[in-house]
Amino acid sequence: MFRNQYDTDVTTWSPAGRLFQVEYSMEAVKQGSAAIGLRSKTHVVLACVNKANSELSSHQKKIFKVDDHIGVAIAGLTADGRVLSRYMRSECINYNFTYESPLPVGRLVVQLADKAQVCTQRSWKRPYGVGLLVAGLDESGAHLYYNCPSGNYFEYQAFAIGSRSQAAKTYLERRFENFMDSSRDDLVKDALIAVRETLQGETLKSSICTVAVVGVGEAFHILDQDTVQQLIDAFDIVGEAEGPAAEPDAPAGEDAPADQAAGADQGAPADQGVAPMDI
Amino acid sequence: MELNHEQQTQFGPQADSQRTLYPYVTGTSVVALKYKDGILMAADMGASYGSTLRYKSVERMKAVGKHSLLGASGEISDFQELLRSLDELILYDNMWDDGNSLGPKELHNYLTRVMYNRRNKFDPFWNSLVLGGVKNGEKYLGMVTMLGVNFEDNHVATGFGNHLARPILRDGWHEDLSYEDGVKLLEKCMRVLLYRDRSAVNKLQIAKITEEGVTVSQPYSLKTFWGFSAFQNPTVGAEGSW
Repeated sequence: MFRNQYDTDVTTWSPAGRLFQVEYSMEAVKQGSAAIGLRSKTHVVLACVNKANSELSSHQKKIFKVDDHIGVAIAGLTADGRVLSRYMRSECINYNFTYESPLPVGRLVVQLADKAQVCTQRSWKRPYGVGLLVAGLDESGAHLYYNCPSGNYFEYQAFAIGSRSQAAKTYLERRFENFMDSSRDDLVKDALIAVRETLQGETLKSSICTVAVVGVGEAFHILDQDTVQQLIDAFDIVGEAEGPAAEPDAPAGEDAPADQAAGADQGAPADQGVAPMDI
Repeated sequence: MELNHEQQTQFGPQADSQRTLYPYVTGTSVVALKYKDGILMAADMGASYGSTLRYKSVERMKAVGKHSLLGASGEISDFQELLRSLDELILYDNMWDDGNSLGPKELHNYLTRVMYNRRNKFDPFWNSLVLGGVKNGEKYLGMVTMLGVNFEDNHVATGFGNHLARPILRDGWHEDLSYEDGVKLLEKCMRVLLYRDRSAVNKLQIAKITEEGVTVSQPYSLKTFWGFSAFQNPTVGAEGSW
């Protein structure tokens, strides 16, 4: 009786000017485990939380190398993330074939966003259910972008997506002003702390997170598990709630306030809550 | 080649020759070298219709974007078409307005791909191209042929220049050549080419590209001396020549 009449296909507007299917696809990003990115003038660090689907399974890869100078971390539908990573890899390799030089990060992100946008305007398609943090280095420096299923993209100093990412964002928002001049190792440290913020009491171990780095003189690579564990031990950031615990960690479902801020940029009216899920 | 009936009646027997089977209007050698601050390039302004020296004011060196200079010998119309497509490429590159731009290395590789792609269609751009440039303090000088053969070097020359100018360049070139010495060396090459290459004309330009940008000189002539004894009776030591 109170079914939402305006969410049965992507191209139908609601009278309030919203595209529900697109908003639902953005919800998919929040369901995935957290991914974090931050950058300095010379380096970008990506980090993510690896969650196994069941006790018996291994976890899925969430950070992909696209090229020597670009990598992505994803949150949401991993399958969609892999499709987009493959697209990005092929764009990079084609550019490299033609010009024998690396594809500028911002241009790849625009192409990716255009690809995602098409899915929001075709009745026979569905939007991608994945958010991508794109880290890269080019002529104009180090970059971190967030690519949204809605076809929007934003450049960030630091950002976090996925479940409980609000806690990481809160941490990053407090610290990002120092990031520009951070050393590579300090970025990694901040990335690990931000990851820990999303864990909510769980212990930070190298087995549940992945860290990757790209920067000047350093091709994109995923740090191996031993290295990550050593860093966790060295920085002594195992503990659950120290320091930033003063801020109440927002539970997963109630990411609304900050996500809404982002949502405002993305065309959803700010006065409304997240897309109604009571269908 | 067998033609089907329809093609013959519609377009005549040459209907399938919609590609350059041989060049019509051609320019001769381009010579270029690296010097202290960038790249110097020289080419005369003649263009031959077959073996007739038909045009005398054809510019064969053009700036492409901010960081590159392109010189061409061979079919002039193919060069003009290449310039048109390169200008479009640079325009689209600029439209990103993101602080990234195609440098000489990128353009050289791009041209290599274009030239090789066209030869694979059996429809080559009938040119030898010289691409010089400076970007971020990095000097670049390379060549591409109509087959897509490509290389980089400290000095290059196309066509007849490859035979007549390269030996002179190998003798006279060194890493930190001044602008004046560079121009002198190029003129030495161009003078030999003028004497010995029948398609060369005594009206040339010298182009310079540095970090500051491209300048192409006004056309000028070289001083010549035709009284060398070798010119008086050129076939004297050449057994069997007429």
